Amino acid sequence: MSTTLRRVLHGAGLIAVLCFTLFPFYWMVSSSFKDQSDLLASPPVWFFTPTFANYADIFADEKVFGSIVNSLIVATLTTALSVLLGAPAAYALARFEFRGKSDLWFWFISNRMISPIVLALPVYLLAVQLKMLDTYLVLVLIYLTFNLPIVVWICTDQFRSIPIELEQAARLDGADQFTIFRKIYVPLGLPGIAVSAIFSFIFSWNELLYALVLTRRSVQTAPVMATSFMSGYELPWGKIMATGTVIVLPVTIFALLVSRHMVRGLTMGATK
Amino acid sequence: MQKGGELVERTETRLNPGYGRWTPFWFLAPAVFALLVIGIYPTISALVTSFRRYNITRPRDGFPFIGFENYINVLSDQTFWQSLGLTARFYVTVLPFQLFFGICIALLLHRPGLGMLRALARISLVVPLATTYAVVGLIGRLIFNRDFGVANQFLNAIGIGGMDWLGSPTGAFIAIAVMDIWQWTPFCALIFLAGLSMVPVEIEEAARLETSSKTALLRYVQLPYLLPGLTAMLILRSADILKLFDMVFVMTRGGPGAATDLVSIYIQRVGFRVFDMGMASAQAILLLIMTIVLSRLYIRLIYKEIE
Repeated sequence: MSTTLRRVLHGAGLIAVLCFTLFPFYWMVSSSFKDQSDLLASPPVWFFTPTFANYADIFADEKVFGSIVNSLIVATLTTALSVLLGAPAAYALARFEFRGKSDLWFWFISNRMISPIVLALPVYLLAVQLKMLDTYLVLVLIYLTFNLPIVVWICTDQFRSIPIELEQAARLDGADQFTIFRKIYVPLGLPGIAVSAIFSFIFSWNELLYALVLTRRSVQTAPVMATSFMSGYELPWGKIMATGTVIVLPVTIFALLVSRHMVRGLTMGATK
Repeated sequence: MQKGGELVERTETRLNPGYGRWTPFWFLAPAVFALLVIGIYPTISALVTSFRRYNITRPRDGFPFIGFENYINVLSDQTFWQSLGLTARFYVTVLPFQLFFGICIALLLHRPGLGMLRALARISLVVPLATTYAVVGLIGRLIFNRDFGVANQFLNAIGIGGMDWLGSPTGAFIAIAVMDIWQWTPFCALIFLAGLSMVPVEIEEAARLETSSKTALLRYVQLPYLLPGLTAMLILRSADILKLFDMVFVMTRGGPGAATDLVSIYIQRVGFRVFDMGMASAQAILLLIMTIVLSRLYIRLIYKEIE
């Protein structure tokens, strides 16, 4: 095979990869610009006059707008809390020796695997008893179960890469442990902290099951809102796809920012 | 200078680590406490509920303890086993595709040349992974719509003819499988790609001079570097499919009939549609046990060097 032909095949393969990964995304975005008759055309149309009516509709719809605000509040709060609790724990796991350390470490990691339905049942019953159903707090707390492990994992890895000599020098200067953490590990570990924060934001933003079970009207999140369109006969596909686009776009941008760490985040560091 | 530093470090770790005995505790306490309250406490409460007759719609009956009755019912419940069987079938359906496409994409991205296009394709892999699972379900419903779905348009164009995807048991199963393959193939591709880039450049180049066979290169040089990633994928994908809820719930709600009633969907229905919390909790505890086995396995196989 000649080198030119190989190059062409390589290029064609890469373009096929692009089509594969981007097609459903493209189809959602393009559908969000179609009017109802284009959407219901059979077979579907690929070229059409775009309309912004669907976006105007959803931003005028208080329920949709409100749910996006709710998602933003929940994801931001839970991310902040995860970092606040997770980063110090990561520091302890990275730099201290103590009994039960590896058990603790594995416990954090195991939380990554647990199906949300296992916790959704008891947490629902507890939330009913404590009258916490449909509050931000219950979602923020339950999201910690998957966010804390991710923050602990990524930050531990990051803190380990900080030269221990810095810590020793600071200790000789009389700095206590909390000062060392605040003045050395937080600023130098900031890239890792940021990556872990972005991950927990993405995971919380995308979550559906807990939100479906634990919220009603007032703190309904955007994914729950989007799925609630799915009833009745004539589905408003334009609005559904516009809402979908608005939900997916911000997390996609975040994910592109941390794309180099994506695999590490999803496997808890099985690969470097 | 170097020697002095080492000496200080050694004596410090041996005699005095430089921090108090309780220092690690204060750093860990908040996170551990939080996970205990929100993770362990509900799990214990689910365990307790699983030994009770606990139907929310019948509060008058009270919630008496009934021993292992729920577990006996679950284990003799055909539907539960069917949903587990279906989940296993889903796993063996999607995984070969994800692994095969994954390795193909990884090899394409690993091959030198066409830098710009390659970088673009690599970064595009992140898009499916980041897409909100519920929205993947919404997109799936539009793509696989019987009347105006693009899947049927495509099949008509190549002369196979369309079908009522979400209305037929096989069609619905294929449709959710396709969406899962779309979303998680990039995951496998990225792990394989990481494995391929672990192969030392000198070894790969020497091997390329030895043989022009791509399969020999893959089999004898690259494969050993791909195996740890493969193990990770097999375990993580099985845990993720046991967890799989959002996309399937949005696309099919487990239907038509029980055609896409994966285990998480089924438990959710027993708990929140039938409101039999006792039964659902027993099922959830069984699911939890499976997950714990999986995660012990993962830890054993993946984090060898730490233990």
